[in-house]
Amino acid sequence: MNKHSTYSITAESLTKRFGDFTAVDNISFTVGKGEIFGFLGANGAGKTTAMRMLCGLSSPSSGKATVGGFDVYTQTEKIKQHIGYMSQKFSLYEDLTIKENMRFYGGIYGMSIPAIRSKTEEILKTLELVKEQDRLVRTLPLGWKQKLSFSVAMFHSPQIVFLDEPTGGVDPLTRREFWEMIYQAAYEGTTVFVTTHYMDEAEYCNRVSIMVDGRIAAMDTPASLKRSLHADNMEGVFLQLARDAKRAAD
Amino acid sequence: MKTLRFLLEKEFRQVFRDKAILRMMFMMPVIQLILLPLAANYEVRNVKLAILDQDHSGYSHRFVNKIRASNYFQLNSFPLSYEQGLEEIEKDRADIILQIPPHFEKDLVVTGDAGMFMAVNAINGTRANLGAGYLNSIIQDFNQEIRLKWVQMPKTGGEPRIDITGSNWFNPFMNYKKFMVPGILVILLTMVGAFLTALNIVREKEIGTIEQINVTPIRKQHFILGKLIPFWIMGQIVLTLGLLIARFIYGIVPAGNIGLIYLFSSVYLLAVLGLGLLVSTFAQTQQQAMLIAFFLMMIFILMGGLYTSIDSMPDWARKITLFNPVAYFIDVMRMVVLKGSTLKDILRPLFIMAGFAIFLNSWAILSYRKRN
Amino acid sequence: MGRNSNLIKPFIAFIRKEFYHIWRDKQTLLILFGLPIVQIIIFGFALTNEVKNSRIAILDPSKDMSTQRIIARLEASQYFDIQKDLVQPSDIEKAFRQGKIRMNISFPAGLHDQLLKTGHAEIQLITDASDPNIATTIANYASSIIMDYQKEQWALQKPPFRISTNMRMLYNPQLKGAYNFVPGVMAMILLLVCTMMTSIAIVREKERGTMEILLASPLRPFLVIIAKAVPYLVLSFINIISILLLSVYVLDLPIAGSLPLLLAESVLFTITALSLGLLISSVTSSQQVAMLISLMGMFLPTLMFSGFMFPVENMPIPLQIISNFVPAKWYFNIVKAVMIKGLGVTSVWKETLILACMTLFLLALSIRKFKIRLE
Repeated sequence: MNKHSTYSITAESLTKRFGDFTAVDNISFTVGKGEIFGFLGANGAGKTTAMRMLCGLSSPSSGKATVGGFDVYTQTEKIKQHIGYMSQKFSLYEDLTIKENMRFYGGIYGMSIPAIRSKTEEILKTLELVKEQDRLVRTLPLGWKQKLSFSVAMFHSPQIVFLDEPTGGVDPLTRREFWEMIYQAAYEGTTVFVTTHYMDEAEYCNRVSIMVDGRIAAMDTPASLKRSLHADNMEGVFLQLARDAKRAAD
Repeated sequence: MKTLRFLLEKEFRQVFRDKAILRMMFMMPVIQLILLPLAANYEVRNVKLAILDQDHSGYSHRFVNKIRASNYFQLNSFPLSYEQGLEEIEKDRADIILQIPPHFEKDLVVTGDAGMFMAVNAINGTRANLGAGYLNSIIQDFNQEIRLKWVQMPKTGGEPRIDITGSNWFNPFMNYKKFMVPGILVILLTMVGAFLTALNIVREKEIGTIEQINVTPIRKQHFILGKLIPFWIMGQIVLTLGLLIARFIYGIVPAGNIGLIYLFSSVYLLAVLGLGLLVSTFAQTQQQAMLIAFFLMMIFILMGGLYTSIDSMPDWARKITLFNPVAYFIDVMRMVVLKGSTLKDILRPLFIMAGFAIFLNSWAILSYRKRN
Repeated sequence: MGRNSNLIKPFIAFIRKEFYHIWRDKQTLLILFGLPIVQIIIFGFALTNEVKNSRIAILDPSKDMSTQRIIARLEASQYFDIQKDLVQPSDIEKAFRQGKIRMNISFPAGLHDQLLKTGHAEIQLITDASDPNIATTIANYASSIIMDYQKEQWALQKPPFRISTNMRMLYNPQLKGAYNFVPGVMAMILLLVCTMMTSIAIVREKERGTMEILLASPLRPFLVIIAKAVPYLVLSFINIISILLLSVYVLDLPIAGSLPLLLAESVLFTITALSLGLLISSVTSSQQVAMLISLMGMFLPTLMFSGFMFPVENMPIPLQIISNFVPAKWYFNIVKAVMIKGLGVTSVWKETLILACMTLFLLALSIRKFKIRLE
């Protein structure tokens, strides 16, 4: 790592325009190593777009950003070696088995075959999927799929993991288990950048930023946010900030 | 290169997992290659003739019998008027109406000059020309017979005579299947390759797995190669099956070195698959990819020289065919299988194809974007 | 009754939704409308059954008056493109193997002298019979050019007892290729595009899992599926119109018969294609398979069995029977009859009836398949 060694992610006036629509408008923030950083906002607030720029899936229109110390304009392929990503849409291969998906993703991150093998065993054990390892991913229930996606995103032990609405549509119990996995990852030193619109999940984050209409409306620890806005919970915080949003949530 | 191994492993797994596609990929070309060449016959036989005999003379009867004996024509209607004859043509019960006018015999005997009239359905120009040609030659023959009967022609020494002898090389029995089977094989091979690759990347786009790939440090050229190689191998298998069918069902043994066919197909498949992948990187949905692939295939096939002659096309169309990979392969197939051409003879198309392959694949790699 | 009329509104709403989907996807729309236009223009001008400009090579050791005159005649015809002069007989095979020529004409040494002295000479035509059709045709052309030369230069008198023939080419006096190819290409485009588009559109919903949502609506499942097909009927109609406009104004084809009849038949054929698409979508669950069946499976059979490339009469009987199951064959016959021959409905009722029966059969079959699947 280089000069930004204390930060995993930095963004300065990061902006993304599609034609005359500004999806992400001048956002600046930093995320520390090993931090769980929550990215909150209504649907359409620009969370996913911001995340995609940081992952190197979308080019920024202006502003600066680094991920793991690498520049998002010129060093996207370097960034990709150090990050994991779990997209909103389930994107493992449904026509491959659990084990085959892991082998494939491990392989394209350049892991050795013994390393892939031991990592696969480890994950199958923690997910309690040893018996299911040869099942086609298509046949798994949604909760399992989500946990599997997360494990695959973490497979190559990235420094930073980006999670886009990871718990969408799953039951409360699975959500809880999911967050336990996130805590475990952060405990092991991985920086977690997570978007969500479940406000109770925001409480689990070290720090959150709340996006409204492409801008960051507030950014702090959940506790200080509640204090400064005199809200009982994060839901109250969010409702106060989002009240004046122009973009309709869809 | 290590990542390539995993990419290939994954592509092969996916191909072999979907038994429906796998079956179709091999069965469809096989069935079509067995059936379709039987349907391809340009030879004009069974031309349907309607004879309107208004003379009812000895000569006209003899003439009709001569036609009947020729076996070229199906004589199934004898209309009573020209209008009735036209009706037969309208209903597709006749291709040609032959009218023997009243006084045909009398004119021939008395004035030495008689006429006949034919009306030909010319919607299909070839059929019209060939049918009329046959009929004309029968009339000429008949004419000659009469002449010989009436006039004592000098047996020799009359007028100087040029004899034309012909020989048909490479396919002396004019077997149409020898021409069609290799050509249809090329088309089937092209369809399998181009359609499947055209759908491949765009399918990952639609399902969303491409995002997960794009966020990995994978190299673009590895990704494209990973897609190319499995279909390349599958293409060679289809080609092999096709050559076996040609050999054992149609008895077509390549006159030239079979290695040349594989050499050419190796390069050819790279070009065609590259084109498919290029379409796939541009398309947003599988539907779109399919439409574009269909559009290109239709041009490739109809302007490939198998169904209609490229030489006969207007200049601009002939220029288009210079960019038609199918036309090159059909030509090379014909050269190697029927004429026994050697490596030196196919060097030019081989280099052109290599140029296509390099160009199309580089373009596919460039147009595949990991970020937008 | 009440129930049925309650269903009309949601049905229309569904159709409208499908239109929005298609309308939003401008790129696909552009391809969908652009494709037939480009193809009709290219094929209308480029495809011809005529054999012209065939490359031939001449071996002429005589180089005398007779051979020069014959060569001049060959050159003057539009049939040949004289490629190069061969020097010795061993050059012939090489030229063939390199694929440069289709025929070789070999003159004997001293043709003119031979004719003067012995009254007899021989010219040899060697064809590349790997394409038998072209080989026969160009050999015939060359023979008749040589025979003409002989008659004009060497014939002594007009033969007695002459039967002359007059010929009239009906419907297509200039023997244009477009008269045959445009109806054929039209049948292919309409059939394949419609079948492919509907089958893919429906299977896509299955793949994405959105089909379940649609089927949960108050509409009967089959109506949901029909609603997906209706927009493609409209789009195809636009394609039919643009193909016809091009045929008439760009390719100079006539519409000799009734335009409404032609349009009605085209709509019927489009519905046949849509039903085929529905059937395919009812038995497949992935877009790839649907596409493989509708393109890989149908492209060549449609091309070969519809009769516009190869006369159906020449096929072996079993294949003639198969060709009856190819809808494009019937439509091709209808278009030729109505558009070019100018016939009315009385002449094409049989074909129309067959297409209609096919459509009903396909629809019934796909309804059954869908029901089985949904239960």
